[in-house]
Amino acid sequence: MPLDPEERRDGAGRLSRRSLLRGGAAALGGLVLGISLPAKRARADKPRAVGAAMNAFVHIPTQGSVSLIMPAVEMGQGVYTSQAMCMAEELDIGLDQIEAIHAPPDREHYGHPIFYVQATGGSTTTMAWTEPLRKAGATARAMLVSVAAAEWNVPAAELVTERGVITHTASGRALSYGEVADRAGRLQPPTDVALKSPDRFRLIGTRARRIDTPDKVVGRTVYGIDVIRPGMTFAALMASPVLGGKLDHVDEAPALAMPGVRQVVVLEDIVAVVGDTTWAAEQGLCALHMTWSPGANASLDQARLWADTETASTGPGVTVRKEGDAAGKLAAGKRGAGTLIEASYELPFLAHASMEVQNCTVHVHDGVCEIWVGTQVPGYAQAGAAQVLGIAPEKVTVNNHLIGGGFGGRLEAAPVVTATRIAQKVAGPVKVIWSREQDIRQDMFRPLYHNRLTARVENGRVTAWHHRVTGPSILARWLPPAFKDGIDSDAIDGAAEPPYALGEMLVDYVRHENGVPFSFWRGVGPNSTVFSVESFLDLLARKTGTDPVTFRRGLLERNPRALAVLNAAAAKAGWGSPVPQSPFGRRTGRGVALMHAFGSLLACVAEVAVTDGGDVRVTKVVVAADVGRVINPDTVVAQIQGGVVFGIAAVLHNRITLAGGRVEQSNFNDYRLLRINETPAIEVELLSSTQSSGGIGEPGTVIVQPAVANAVFAATGTQLTRMPLDASLIARSV
Amino acid sequence: MTAITVNGKIYEVASEARTPLLWVLRDELGLTGTKFGCGIAQCGVCTVHVDGVAVRSCQMPVGTVGQRAVTTIEGVGSTTVGARVQKAWLDLEVVQCGYCQPGQIMAAAALLAANPDPDDNAIDAAMSGNLCRCGTYVRIREGIKHAARS
Ligand code: FES
Ligand code: FES
Repeated sequence: MPLDPEERRDGAGRLSRRSLLRGGAAALGGLVLGISLPAKRARADKPRAVGAAMNAFVHIPTQGSVSLIMPAVEMGQGVYTSQAMCMAEELDIGLDQIEAIHAPPDREHYGHPIFYVQATGGSTTTMAWTEPLRKAGATARAMLVSVAAAEWNVPAAELVTERGVITHTASGRALSYGEVADRAGRLQPPTDVALKSPDRFRLIGTRARRIDTPDKVVGRTVYGIDVIRPGMTFAALMASPVLGGKLDHVDEAPALAMPGVRQVVVLEDIVAVVGDTTWAAEQGLCALHMTWSPGANASLDQARLWADTETASTGPGVTVRKEGDAAGKLAAGKRGAGTLIEASYELPFLAHASMEVQNCTVHVHDGVCEIWVGTQVPGYAQAGAAQVLGIAPEKVTVNNHLIGGGFGGRLEAAPVVTATRIAQKVAGPVKVIWSREQDIRQDMFRPLYHNRLTARVENGRVTAWHHRVTGPSILARWLPPAFKDGIDSDAIDGAAEPPYALGEMLVDYVRHENGVPFSFWRGVGPNSTVFSVESFLDLLARKTGTDPVTFRRGLLERNPRALAVLNAAAAKAGWGSPVPQSPFGRRTGRGVALMHAFGSLLACVAEVAVTDGGDVRVTKVVVAADVGRVINPDTVVAQIQGGVVFGIAAVLHNRITLAGGRVEQSNFNDYRLLRINETPAIEVELLSSTQSSGGIGEPGTVIVQPAVANAVFAATGTQLTRMPLDASLIARSV
Repeated sequence: MTAITVNGKIYEVASEARTPLLWVLRDELGLTGTKFGCGIAQCGVCTVHVDGVAVRSCQMPVGTVGQRAVTTIEGVGSTTVGARVQKAWLDLEVVQCGYCQPGQIMAAAALLAANPDPDDNAIDAAMSGNLCRCGTYVRIREGIKHAARS
C-alpha cells in the first residue's frame, strides 16, 4: 500500500522520507540502490552511497516490506501498481511484499527519461520507466543473489529466487533478501544484468490488483488536501476576476470581525483570509469588498479570441513536414483534378476540473520551507517555492501525495508558488485551499486551437494535404529545449504523422498567444489535431460519397497495424448495420475515428442520439486499441473507459469562455462534467501486441471526441466545427 | 458547543452552528475521508449518511444534525451493506484517483440499503449527483450490481 512518507514512523523495516534523504538507511541496514545524496545533505555517519546514480528505486530492509520508490506519481492512472509490477517482476517479489514511496524532488535520480525534468505526464510513464525500473529490480536481485552465491560457494546461476527468498535447490539452503541485503548493499552494482524474457513473466501482463485502492475505498488515503499539521491554519484565496488584474484596495476589517478568522494576507494580485477552518476562512473572504485594476486583459472577449486566432492562422507558419509540393497542388484550386475541400476546426479553452481542487500546505520557518502537496512536477514545485523565498532549493522539502485527479492540472508550479507567497506571511503551517470557483478561474487552460485543413481527393485517394495548426506553445515555457525551430512538438503531435497515406503533404504551425494562461490538458496536442484530421476525413468521405470506414481503409493500405485496429473497432461495433433507435432522440448516427499518438493506436466507433432540440446523448462507444506490450491490462481498459468519459464531457459540454477578461464559468453548474446517467456503455477490445508499450492515460479522451462529432454529423447531416457541440446549430427547425 | 455523533462516537464541536458538517468533519474532527469538491451540492464528494440517508455534508449546517447518527466513509465499512460496496469496488477495480469514491460509496450504500436490487434507472437516479472526473461510471454501475448480488 502506498504510504504518505510523513505518516511513517522510523523503525525496523520502516523508511521515513527523512531517513531516505539523510542516509537513514544505515540505521535500518539494508540495500539502497543509488540513493547517493548531495554532499551538503549527507551526515558524517552517512553510509557509502551504493550503486552510484544508476538507479534509486529499490530499498530492501533487513525485515519487512521492500520499499519501491515511485518516480511517476499516482493520480488515478494506475502507475503505482504498474511501476511496482516492473520492479517486482525482476526482483521476484510479490506485490503484497512491497511499499510504494513517493520519490522526493531529485532530478538526477528521478528525472523523466524523456522529458529530463521530474514530471509525470504525456501518457509516458510506461514508455519511459518500464526499462529503467525493470533494470533497477534486476540489478538489485543480482546483487542479493551474488552474496548468497559467495556465502554458499556455488555459482549464482544455480540459485533461484521467489517471493524474496534465494534458494539453492541442490543443497536445500535458503536465505531471505533481508538477510543478505546489508552485504549486497556494499557491492558494486553490475551494469549489464539481463532482464527476464517475457515468457518468464509472472506479473507483467497479468490483471494485478491495484496497490492503491484498498486505502481509497475506506477513506484512509491522504491526498494533499487531507494533510493535517500541528498548529495548522486554513486559507481561502481570491484573485482578480479579470485575468492578470491587480488589487487596488481592500479593507481587512470586515473579515477580521468574523468568527474564526485570524489574518488577511494582501498580495499584489491575491487576497487570502486565514482562519481556524476552511469555512471560517471562506466566510471571511466573502465579507471583504475588493477593488481591482483589470489591466491589459479587460478587453479580452471570446469572439475576439476566436477571431484573432483565425486571423493568425492566415499569416506565415513554420513548416513541420513537407512531402512533395502539396502547396502547389492545392493552389490549382477548384480547377485542378478531383475535388478540393477545405475546412477549419476550432477547439475552446478547457479547465481541468479535477475533483480535488488545487491546494497546498506550506510551513515557512527558520530559513526552510516544508510543502505538502500532490504534484506532477515535484522539482518545479521545489524550485518555485525556493524562488519566492529567496532560499536554496535544498531548503525546500516537497512531500508529495497521491493526487485526486491530475489530467495535466498538476503539471505547473503556480499553485505552490501562490501558496508559498501566502504562507510566507503566516506564522505556522497553513493549508491553502482553492474554492471550486477559484480553481476553475485561476486554472491554466487547455489552449484554444485552430486547425485549417485543405485536401485534394482524386478517385477516393487523398493526393494533396495541408494541415495548419494555430495555437500557443506550452513547451516554449514548460520545457524550452523541446521548442525547436519555432515548432511546438506537442501542438503538432498527431498532425505531423497521421497513420494515413495522404499524398503530397504540408504540415505547418503558427504560434499564437493571447494573454490567457494555458497548460497541458489530458490528451494535449492530439486533442486538437486528431479531432481535426478525423473530422476532416469524414467531410472528405461525405463529399466524395464514400463510407467513412471504407474511405479510411483506402488510406491505410501501407499501415496494416492501424488497419487492424480500425477493422477491429468497426467489426465490434457492427459498422454498416442500422444504428439502433434511442428513446433519447429521433435522429441517431454512428461515427468512427482512428489515431496513432502517445505510441498507441486506437480506433473508436460512437453512437449518438440527437433530440429535435439539438441535445446529444452518446449511447454507445466501442474502442479497439493496440497499445503494444501491456503491463496491467485491466488498467489499460480502465484508462480507456475513463478517458472516453472525459472526452465526451469535452465534446458535449465543456468550454471556458471570456467576457471582459473574466472567465464566465465558475463551478459544475456551468462547467458540466459527464454524469452517470449520460454515460454510455463503453466496450474495449485490446489487440494483443508485442510492439513496445505505448501510453494510455490520454488516448481514450482524444479518440472519442471526433468519433462523437462524426456520429452527430451522420445523424444530422451537419458537421459542427467549433467545440463543444452547439445544440442550436443541429436543432430540427434550423 | 454542539455535540454530534459520528461513526458511533460523540464529538463536542466548537465551530459555529451554521458551519457545514463537511468542514467540521474535515478541519475540526480530522475525518478527512469525506471530501470537498464544489460546495454547492453539485458533485457529491462530500456525501455522508445521516440516520442512513445520503446527505451532502457541504449543505448541512452542523447545528441541524442534532441527535441523528452521522456515518462517514471511515465508518460505513462496519455496516453490512457498506462493507459489501467497498468489497465490490475492490473486486471490480472501480477506483482510479479515488477522490470521488468516498462519496460514490456512501451514495451507493444508501441506495442499496433502501433498494437491494436497483435497476439502471434507480442507479441513475441515486448516483447522478455524484461526479467522477476520472470517469469510473461504467464500473460504478457494475459495482452496485455486483454488491447487490453478493
Ligand atoms: S462538495 Fe458537497 S456536493 Fe460538492
Ligand atoms: S476516481 Fe477520480 S474522480 Fe472519481
